[in-house]
Amino acid sequence: MFKYFEPNKIFSVTSKAPKYVLVLFITVLSIGLAEALILSPEDYKQSHSVRIMYVHVPAAWISLGIFSSLTILSIVGYIFKIRNFFLISKSLAPSGLVFNIVALVTGSIWGKPTWGTWWAWDARITSMLILVLFYIMYLVAWRIYENKDKVFRITTVITILGMINVPIIKYSVDWWNTLHQPASINILSKSSIHISMLVPLLIMTAAFALFSLLIFLMKYNTELIKIKNKGLDRL
Amino acid sequence: MINETILMNGYGLYVWSAFAFTLLSFASLYLITKTQYVREKNKFISKFGTLNSERAASAKSQSINREILSNISSI
Repeated sequence: MFKYFEPNKIFSVTSKAPKYVLVLFITVLSIGLAEALILSPEDYKQSHSVRIMYVHVPAAWISLGIFSSLTILSIVGYIFKIRNFFLISKSLAPSGLVFNIVALVTGSIWGKPTWGTWWAWDARITSMLILVLFYIMYLVAWRIYENKDKVFRITTVITILGMINVPIIKYSVDWWNTLHQPASINILSKSSIHISMLVPLLIMTAAFALFSLLIFLMKYNTELIKIKNKGLDRL
Repeated sequence: MINETILMNGYGLYVWSAFAFTLLSFASLYLITKTQYVREKNKFISKFGTLNSERAASAKSQSINREILSNISSI
């Protein structure tokens, strides 16, 4: 099954896809921004500051999703010796890091009018900051180690250690007394968020997911061309 | 209506700056990634141009190399 993931086979798709994904991303983002900034209602308690949720929450969700994907791809890639999985992980990481930073900064901007402070060493915020450090360690490992086997091993260890932090981020608001509010959206039980706010939130999440796909495709193509450049040197 | 959208009951500065930061981060990441992509592609094309006909034919036998050469402005 894994032979279908070979770079030579999928490059013809990944090289053509970015332009279509870019058009789709701009379309979905435009609808999402109109919903988030104009059409959705203000909150009865937080007033218009609630609109920050439409960038903060999708960014946090996607950064967590990408880190979980990095871990799964690295572990499977390491066990089954599939180098392409490491290439996919490496290409996903930059957008994961940017989403994580966006979640922290927009959360900080939201914190000022809501809590009266830009920053608090709260369990959720601190664990998200730790995730940024794991993303940075992961990307730095790819830069500093030349030996491929060594970099595969080290990045796998980094993602496994970082993955321990992911459930801590998710359940920190339940386990500790934090400033951060508990989750408003539950897959298994009834969500406390109103449909008029849920729709823009889901549209913005779709737009952010498309953006991470776009960056992934561009980065993946770049990595493949880099490998082919080295191949031309050997000819 | 326009005033309300911009000022947002005094929360406008926070809301607009959060959205502006997000969109600027996206634009920066997109431009950095695109620059890296174009740089690698140009490097590939210039290296390919220096190959003699035998090596160029050997390189062209790989479908991925043909794809790279045929998608000069794919993004």
